[in-house]
Amino acid sequence: MRLETIANPSAARRLGLPALALAATLAVAMALALVGGANPFAVLGQIATGALGSKLAVLETLNRATPLIFTGLAVAVAFRAKLWNIGAEAQLYAGAILAVVLGTGALASPLVLPLSALAAMLAGAALLLGPVLLKTRLGVDEVVTTLLLNFIMLLLVSYLLEGPMKDPMGMGWPKSTPLIPEARLPRIVEGLRLHWGFALAIIAAVVVWVIQTRTTLGFEIRAVGQNPEAARFAGMPVNAVLVKTALLSGGLAALAGWSEVAGLKGHLSLDLSPGFGYTGIIVAMLALLHPLGVVVTAIFVAGIFVGSDAMSRAAGVPTYIADMLMAVALLFMVLAILLTRVRVVRG
Amino acid sequence: MSEIVDILISASFWAAVIRIATPLILATMGELICERAGVLNLGIEGIMVIGAFAGWMAVYQGLPLWGGVAVAMGAGMLFGLLHSTLTVPFGLSQHVVGLGVTLLATASASFAYRLMLPEVTSPPKIEPFQPLHIPSLSDLPWAGEALSQTALTWTAFAVAGLVAWVLYRTPLGLAVRAVGENPAAVEAQGLSVTGLRMGAVIVGSGLMAVGGAFLTLSAFSSFFFEMVNGRGWICIALVVFGAWKPGKAVLGAILFAGFDALQIRLQQTDLGAVLPYQLFLALPFILSILALILMSRRAEVPASLMVPYNKGER
Amino acid sequence: MSQNAGAEVVLRLDRITKSFGALRANDAVSLTLRRGEVVALLGENGAGKTTLMNILFGHYVADEGVVEVFGAPLPPGNPRAALAAGVGMVHQHFTLAGNLTVLDNIRLGTESLWSRWHAGAREKVQRLSRDFGLAVHPDAKVGRLSVGERQRVEILKALYRDARVLILDEPTAVLTPQESEALFATLRKATALGLSIIFISHKLHEVMAIADRCVVLRHGRVVGEVDTHATDKAALAALMVGGELSLPRAEARAPGPVLMQLDAVSTPDRGAAPGLKAVRLSLRAGQITGLAGVSGNGQAALAEIVAGLALPGSGAISLRGSPVARWSPGEALARGVARIPEDRHHQGSIADFDLTENAVLEGYKTRFSRRGWMNWRAARGFAEGIIRDYDVRCPGPETRIRLLSGGNMQKLILGRAMAPGPEIILANQPVRGLDVGAIAYVQGQLIAARDRGAAVLLISEDLDEIMGLSDVIHVMSQGRLSPGFARGTMTAAELGLWMAGQKFGDSDAA
Repeated sequence: MRLETIANPSAARRLGLPALALAATLAVAMALALVGGANPFAVLGQIATGALGSKLAVLETLNRATPLIFTGLAVAVAFRAKLWNIGAEAQLYAGAILAVVLGTGALASPLVLPLSALAAMLAGAALLLGPVLLKTRLGVDEVVTTLLLNFIMLLLVSYLLEGPMKDPMGMGWPKSTPLIPEARLPRIVEGLRLHWGFALAIIAAVVVWVIQTRTTLGFEIRAVGQNPEAARFAGMPVNAVLVKTALLSGGLAALAGWSEVAGLKGHLSLDLSPGFGYTGIIVAMLALLHPLGVVVTAIFVAGIFVGSDAMSRAAGVPTYIADMLMAVALLFMVLAILLTRVRVVRG
Repeated sequence: MSEIVDILISASFWAAVIRIATPLILATMGELICERAGVLNLGIEGIMVIGAFAGWMAVYQGLPLWGGVAVAMGAGMLFGLLHSTLTVPFGLSQHVVGLGVTLLATASASFAYRLMLPEVTSPPKIEPFQPLHIPSLSDLPWAGEALSQTALTWTAFAVAGLVAWVLYRTPLGLAVRAVGENPAAVEAQGLSVTGLRMGAVIVGSGLMAVGGAFLTLSAFSSFFFEMVNGRGWICIALVVFGAWKPGKAVLGAILFAGFDALQIRLQQTDLGAVLPYQLFLALPFILSILALILMSRRAEVPASLMVPYNKGER
Repeated sequence: MSQNAGAEVVLRLDRITKSFGALRANDAVSLTLRRGEVVALLGENGAGKTTLMNILFGHYVADEGVVEVFGAPLPPGNPRAALAAGVGMVHQHFTLAGNLTVLDNIRLGTESLWSRWHAGAREKVQRLSRDFGLAVHPDAKVGRLSVGERQRVEILKALYRDARVLILDEPTAVLTPQESEALFATLRKATALGLSIIFISHKLHEVMAIADRCVVLRHGRVVGEVDTHATDKAALAALMVGGELSLPRAEARAPGPVLMQLDAVSTPDRGAAPGLKAVRLSLRAGQITGLAGVSGNGQAALAEIVAGLALPGSGAISLRGSPVARWSPGEALARGVARIPEDRHHQGSIADFDLTENAVLEGYKTRFSRRGWMNWRAARGFAEGIIRDYDVRCPGPETRIRLLSGGNMQKLILGRAMAPGPEIILANQPVRGLDVGAIAYVQGQLIAARDRGAAVLLISEDLDEIMGLSDVIHVMSQGRLSPGFARGTMTAAELGLWMAGQKFGDSDAA
């Protein structure tokens, strides 16, 4: 077999194939439900109602989507430049650490929130700076270095929670001292359990979208991602563009951890992120790396996870069905996107 | 200082080194085969997880230990088939597909675990591989203890030898080395680029899964969700460290396992009382990054690594 | 008729048709090859020669038509079957693995993957080397061989498999005239031993020199089949391009001041590719400086220096008499150096960007943005201007550039480069792979730029192009640069000796 580029793919092809990928994912979901000994349609229904069936469920989904928007944006920005940042998990924790460092009384100013957000972004950016410099200076693959940093970062957090940041009132449970009220993100509407982190995430998505489409940096990022050789030939500072991309990406991922601590949890613990950094890759890929699309896919992915939790309690199908579906959706989607551009021909 | 010397000359230390090195050797050989054929397999971490789970579950369900190894290998090859179908004929991003395979394999292991053992709080144990008694060798005073290893460990070293022999001494190995360097050369000589690359990824993935199965069938005799704990990523660093050569990669794995075994023992010393234990645990990951930096300029990377091949490209 | 007229037919292509999308690359092409015969397949770039041979060799499957080798039909799409039937192909772009030795490259795929090696391979390679005059060491790493040596390995690969039919795709493109002679000697030995050869080329004098018969392709069709003894170059040229061939020729002109100068510039070698060896070069206003040489002799290194992509290891670059301190692609653009890259697909354009985005790649920062904000309206206007002024055939500025033909892509790159009114123009293989119409257009633009007073550096492997356009010709060999020869003072044969590196000994002192 051979792949042949399609000059002008039809709208049916460009929209139909991604839709088919989602349908195929749905089919896998039903097959897994069967394997789990449950009624497939009931399982799908329970996931849907679990995610969107009540005001409480919707708020839970949006809360879960908040860090995913940030990590999804971080990945989308980096992947656009073909900078493979798989370290959003570590950058998330860097942001969370800064939220605790500045939010537990060290900074008793009304500006503590913006300052700790800024510091968190800087920490996340700094964390990705190392791998990107190793890539541009020495040609070390950033996939492996960012992955390895995830493990190192978790051990650092573990150390901090047992040592310097340990909550004396924690009764042996490894968590940090809680944030002071001034360092907490308020709720968007009083009485509803949804904090300002969600609104900030949407604002971040719009900002990233404007950067990508309207600025020279956005043009450079796209050019470097598509063809670094041509970008360099045209006079673009390719390495500098990669570094700027990394700073932006790391900063966005750090905001995920910052908003989880300042908005939702109020403290840092080792289970702050159930893999938000990795799920961000799926969110970004499903959105085809489009920043506004990330908002939509993050809510969708969050809904699947929240809904699966609820379904699992009711139907007994393991909640890990959500992780499987997300991985399957990712693989189906990249294949579908490819097939919108090429057709398979013989010989 | 003398504490370190005491550790280094103890036979139990070396027995641990070889034990720790075993899964690394198996998975590193698997990754090396893939990369030599031109495919970066980031599915390694998840494939090790599925191998650990499948091998253990098969034995728990009543299969003999070697049956568990075979099941693990089969599961790994299945994910290798998935990976290579997407990355070779379709030429999709090896980064994205690899991560997708890792996420899928990991999630599959978790899902299947919960499905098969819904109520269990602590995972059941199986009867693992026992150290082989080798007449006369096992009775030697120091070496006998250091080489008191299970059959799976001996297999790992045999596999490394076999990989080296096939790569450098057979027509098949020559074709694998060529396809990672210039697939057009392979195609022009009448061989199938797709077949070679997919075959390499499938076989390599099988080895990775056996590496994972060592953890459950030989080392810990039970399955935990986080048990692979980044070993797959470390193996990718080891392939680079070994300059894509089997012999050097095995040495790298042993060196690495040496540091790992050392840090476990150092935690029990005065040093362990002063430094946080997390620092010791982070050592393997820090070392991996250092290894990558160290080898960055020297490595002889296969020229077509991560470059998909489409024979109709005009 | 040729002396082989009665010989056994070894290969027959019958009404081969192949389309790529809307493009019909081969249209009912038929061809017969007899034992001991050399048939030339002649045609312009894009005439369908390479496609036809890729079908014969099984890289592509024909839409219609059959291939017969020794009377038996060849299963389509199967290089293995072609090899087994005794068809060997020497590709234009070598298909060798650089990390392997010569011997390993040759025996790759010759034995079952599930067997061990059989003895005698080395001896066979050595014997073939001797018999056919193809000197190369079997244990040398291919990555370290010169281009000429690599071609010998390619031929040995086919001979090792006992090929009875050899297909050579543009084999002389990478050789000096003298190396080409050696190749021809090898081919004559081969035909004397009963092999048959298809020789693909667009160089008429070579076809006349080596071929018995000549099949001419144009736009995918056979437009003529002639005996080389019964024709001449002019007739072949007319067949090939379908009419009078009229490429622009530059008239001599008085040169202006030196705009760019390289002073004893050296760069390190890169693997088998030589770096520059103390190169001195002056580019003058109102003058086209031609750089001739066999591919891979340092032209790429020189182009990188001029384009700002590389810094000299030693030596200096000066512009308008003053040395440059900082040097990068951006710096080169800012100092009025326009660049037409060798590889328009990978260096010159971004395939999935539209024409507007490609048009502003070089000027987005200075001319199409303010304080970091892109001015897409101005960018689009600029692209529309290029499309109009340079006759770029496309649906509009929002078309992705990958959908354009090579000629139209090159026109956009040319328009982009010429827009700021550059004083210095680097044109690296500007017409490679273009059809005759586009070639004439691009060359005409270069001459026009020269007449406006620009200094043009033209790098080409096509000696005819260099001799037709250049006011001054330099030759590169092994990273060394010859003195400049004024228009009309050197013959092709003399330049060939420089290209082969034979004249450099006596000029080093000069």
